[in-house]
Amino acid sequence: MAFRLYTRLVALSTAVLIFAGGLVTSTGSGLSVPDWPNTYGHFMFTFPLDKMVGGIRFEHSHRLIASTVGFLILVLAVWLWRAEPRAWVRRLGYIALAAVIAQGILGGITVLWYLPEPISIAHASLAQIVFCLTTAIALVTSRGWTHRTTALPSDDDVLRKLTIVTTGWIYVQVLIGATMRHTDAGLAIPDFPLAFGHLIPPHWDPKIAIHFAHRVGALVTSLLIVATAGHVFYHHRGRGELVRPVVLLLALLTAQVTLGAYTVLTEKHYIINSLHVVTGASVLVTSLVLALRAHRSRFASVDGFGGSAVEGTAIRRNQPHAAVVGGPSVPNRPGARA
Amino acid sequence: MRSPFVRVITGCAVGLALVAGACSKEEPPPTQSAVVANPVDPATAGTITGVVKLDGKAPAAQSITMDSDPYCEKQPKNATESVVVGSDSTLQNVFVYVKDGLGNRVFPVPASAVVLDQKGCRYVPHVLGIQVGQTLEILSSDDTLHNVHAIPQQNREFNMAHQLAGIKHTHVFSTKEVMIPFKCDVHKWMNAFVGVLDHPFYAVTTGNGRFELKGLPPGTYTVEAWHEKLGTQTQTVTIGDKQTSDISFTFKS
Repeated sequence: MAFRLYTRLVALSTAVLIFAGGLVTSTGSGLSVPDWPNTYGHFMFTFPLDKMVGGIRFEHSHRLIASTVGFLILVLAVWLWRAEPRAWVRRLGYIALAAVIAQGILGGITVLWYLPEPISIAHASLAQIVFCLTTAIALVTSRGWTHRTTALPSDDDVLRKLTIVTTGWIYVQVLIGATMRHTDAGLAIPDFPLAFGHLIPPHWDPKIAIHFAHRVGALVTSLLIVATAGHVFYHHRGRGELVRPVVLLLALLTAQVTLGAYTVLTEKHYIINSLHVVTGASVLVTSLVLALRAHRSRFASVDGFGGSAVEGTAIRRNQPHAAVVGGPSVPNRPGARA
Repeated sequence: MRSPFVRVITGCAVGLALVAGACSKEEPPPTQSAVVANPVDPATAGTITGVVKLDGKAPAAQSITMDSDPYCEKQPKNATESVVVGSDSTLQNVFVYVKDGLGNRVFPVPASAVVLDQKGCRYVPHVLGIQVGQTLEILSSDDTLHNVHAIPQQNREFNMAHQLAGIKHTHVFSTKEVMIPFKCDVHKWMNAFVGVLDHPFYAVTTGNGRFELKGLPPGTYTVEAWHEKLGTQTQTVTIGDKQTSDISFTFKS
């Protein structure tokens, strides 16, 4: 129980970190602390609070939250390493740890090299991957995933493909958004929903092209999400584990499009802009949850279910000799701690 | 066999070491121009003087909100300095300089430093000129944190921390460049512009909009006036022996 709550806390803290990162770029505070990993010569955690003024408030807070999230993920990885019977889930923990460390290094490089666009875009893009990893870990260690009380549903190839395409596309859209953000193209088209009063911009430059690509991407994302939702409502109305994320996805999409419009109309108000960033990340991970659940039966074999639906199946932690209850046993892992 | 956990930590440590190595690379110091005697004969040198004006309605001065820093909030309230218009529509903070016409002359680099201060949570002065190889002394008179972030296109970018009042850093530019924006990312309203030239014939207009370029050898010159919001204008001016030419620039608002 404590572990499950902890995984959710880690996923939530990653979302908070993305919001804090959004505030840094939205306020143009990325270089307000010139040094890294120190802050104005102070060790990060001993930097005086009364010195947190102007842009330093955003940048230094981001660093503190990032360090906290990094520590939380380190604990998560260790916890998985010691207690998780499924090798692929343990690997997710290691990957999340490596990703968050790489993320910290990218954050440092982008400060020391004065925010080069490719590094800043990579930093923003990897943040989404870290959020996906912590969310995936929270999902696959959740009671709903590990303790099945009902048979696994039959395969739905259409839903699988739809959720993969949708999630993949949302990530592409996030990348375009990160590119727009870090190339200062957020107001390249100053009106909304039209572009310079037209459906298609009457003139082009690289920034307008990036901005317009993000708008077209939003349209494609909306169509994909609506199609996925329609499929779930029509074919899987009784499956709460699919309907719930679809409803959340539709709500987040509505919020995200509204925030996108307000970002332009408020000339990138920093709160609106940052909410747009974190809501976009939430759309991505919600779609990922839906995709993973749509692939649930595929995980049966790697989870130790033997590849088929079983009643009352549960993965038990800290049981080296009988990792799966009600299903085939999983070989004991030499390194696993009871 | 090492555990995956140890491998992750080791891999990241190696990555950090590589990054630290890459970050520790210092750019070579800019090469100083050879100091030569002033190639201008004072007996024949002339002067270009003039005034810069604004044609049209001056934008209303906007007061700066400095409440994101308690120290800055206590400072005298100031208006934005992007367009400062004096009486008779004269325009302040215009960088006027000889853009072309000096040929291959090489001018000595002044030994004195040019000072850019951070005072009252503003850069003082807002616009300034300096020669390649001359020392720029960046001070902080403020008892708060500032970062000094120069964003050149031709010179090396830098971002330095000024965490104490009285702190001083120096910098030398290696290449001529008009203009280099400076900003403080802590205090978004703080910005300045530095014009870097390989000769001493530049000036920044004051409250009366006037400028003076003294000690020019006789010849024909392209003179440019640069303003941060209103753009640039150029004029061709010819001066003879000991002659003074008076010109004017007018920017449209």
